[in-house]
Amino acid sequence: MRKIRVLAAKPGLDGHDRGVKVIAAALRDAGMEVIYTGLRQTPEQIVATAIQEDVDVIALSILSGAHDYLFPEVMKLVKEKGLDDEVLVLGGGVIPESDVAAMKEAGVADIFGPGTSTHQIVEYIQQNVKQRA
Amino acid sequence: MSDFNQQLMAWQAKVDKLVAKRPERKDQFTTISGLPVERLYLPQEPGEAYADKLGLPGEYPYTRGVQPNMYRGRLWTMRQYAGFATAAESNQRYRYLLDQGTTGLSVAFDLPTQIGYDADHKLAQGEVGKVGVSISSLKDMELLFDQIPLDKVSTSMTINAPAGILLAMYIAVGAKQGVGPDQLRGTIQNDILKEYSSRGTYIFPPKPSMRIITNIFAYCAEEVPSWNTISISGYHIREAGSTAVQEVAFTLANGMAYVKAAMEAGLDVDQFAPRLSFFFNAHSEFLEEVAKYRAARRLWARIMKERFGATNPKSLMVRFHTQTAGCSLTAQQPKNNIVRVAFQAMSAVLGGTQSLHTNSMDEALALPTQEAVTIALRTQQIIGYESGVTSTVDPLAGSYYIEELTDEIEKGAEAYIAKIDEMGGAVEAVEQGYVQREIQEAAYEYQKAIESGDRVVVGVNKFATAKESPGDILRVDPKVRLEQMEALAKLKAERDNAAVEQKLAALKAAAQGEDNLMPHFLSCVQSYATLGEICDTLRGVFGEYQAPTTI
Repeated sequence: MRKIRVLAAKPGLDGHDRGVKVIAAALRDAGMEVIYTGLRQTPEQIVATAIQEDVDVIALSILSGAHDYLFPEVMKLVKEKGLDDEVLVLGGGVIPESDVAAMKEAGVADIFGPGTSTHQIVEYIQQNVKQRA
Repeated sequence: MSDFNQQLMAWQAKVDKLVAKRPERKDQFTTISGLPVERLYLPQEPGEAYADKLGLPGEYPYTRGVQPNMYRGRLWTMRQYAGFATAAESNQRYRYLLDQGTTGLSVAFDLPTQIGYDADHKLAQGEVGKVGVSISSLKDMELLFDQIPLDKVSTSMTINAPAGILLAMYIAVGAKQGVGPDQLRGTIQNDILKEYSSRGTYIFPPKPSMRIITNIFAYCAEEVPSWNTISISGYHIREAGSTAVQEVAFTLANGMAYVKAAMEAGLDVDQFAPRLSFFFNAHSEFLEEVAKYRAARRLWARIMKERFGATNPKSLMVRFHTQTAGCSLTAQQPKNNIVRVAFQAMSAVLGGTQSLHTNSMDEALALPTQEAVTIALRTQQIIGYESGVTSTVDPLAGSYYIEELTDEIEKGAEAYIAKIDEMGGAVEAVEQGYVQREIQEAAYEYQKAIESGDRVVVGVNKFATAKESPGDILRVDPKVRLEQMEALAKLKAERDNAAVEQKLAALKAAAQGEDNLMPHFLSCVQSYATLGEICDTLRGVFGEYQAPTTI
């Protein structure tokens, strides 16, 4: 079985990448392959990279409050490209509880806020990653 | 012993003179029990070794503080970092904070502003007004400081890559109020090196960025003499996950790179160094934090004196702003954050800070509400006016543990600086990804320590409870972007566009050559050229920075 491939992505202009880098390290330690986009990615760039790298998971991280615009934008493109059946999209960062429902409605599988342990995320991915044909 | 006595007598004479000119906050300081509190406490027999290592407050190597009487004379500047949505809304918050007794403004800009994009730029979608105020032109800046007399407040602006442009706008607003640049007081962060390693709001590559910074040093030394031209920031290095030792080391190494660049540009060290200031983080390891500030002061004083040959005492001093650690705040049980912030703020005060920003309890969730920001400000006032720690200078000095920690942090930081020296300095170390990797590793280690339970975070990995509702949080209306876009369209229709083009062309020529860019920034903003237009002109000449991959 191939390793789970994860795209760790920073959409928008937010430069705080401590969290995404810590999670990238933890996912690697858990045996996954992690590709990191670097900062300031547009939704178009993120989805293009996801296709190019043939990933199973897109893990988005935002602390600037722009998730309300950028997460749905990413999901719109994920659906347009027909990736929604194959790719699990997760969100993390400073995301108010009251926004979580809207993010899930847009198609983000789950939201991991501050204080989440990396084990929780590893387990979540292992259990929810979509089976490839 | 006799030598030290002479030093002490000279110091006392200096203090007497100072106090005669500017009386302390009280004639006599006493504890609640009525016991007298002296200005300064010393070991029983301080000798030469003591003088070399610690010295007297206000004197080299400044271990015990940069003022001879510290907070007995005047408390630190109490600032609250604020800014959101539009200039008009932020202006309301500033005027509220000034009414509540805040003594300095601290402006938060939104990300498009920090990265030099106007509010109508495609990449600004979803970000306008979110983490700070949106400023696209001098028009916004005029609204931001409406009815705030710039000769009466000190303003700190958290802006880096486009710092010179925002400073030019501030100067232009001052001119409209009839306040000359020589009367302006405040700070621009203007520290690009930590952006590459820790915070990510860079625009240009390191070399042109360093040029803009030295242009600002040179311009302000002549024109805006009371302005702090840079705030060399360890804060974000720590937020990115560094240890306290790394925070001191990487911050001072960045500082050394700025000093070197300015001297290579032909500036005299004692002309610009007095306007360098610093910015540190106050994390949760209380006593280590106190020691950290003392170590940073001593190490920088020695570096400036021995390496760069500075002689002006003001060139040797670390004067610093502190912010309590945003990364230490928990979304779980958010009211606990009030307590965390209080201890962190106390450590900054015991470490001798000149300026302090206390975080609000709800910042792990969203921008602070008015209630949360008021409690954060009151926390500083309680420390300043009630706790009594401001009655004597450097009260923890002489604690075996504090002095040992101070020595250890200094040694650890020196070792890092030696390594960075070997690599050719901070610019090279960042370009090679060394600093980023060191910070990342420390961040991952810290996370692992929390997850193993080795390090306790109350309410998160111990004493956790069912979720508490955070109550009200502040939200920025997405319509702010549309309003800002309309305002920009109106501005572009009304201004003299031929003049704008001409100023931008002159800026471009200056950027291609070697002229100081600050006068060009000023004439551009005064013609109402936008921040985005000015930064695009510079992008055209300097290019944009591409970060090395470090994971």
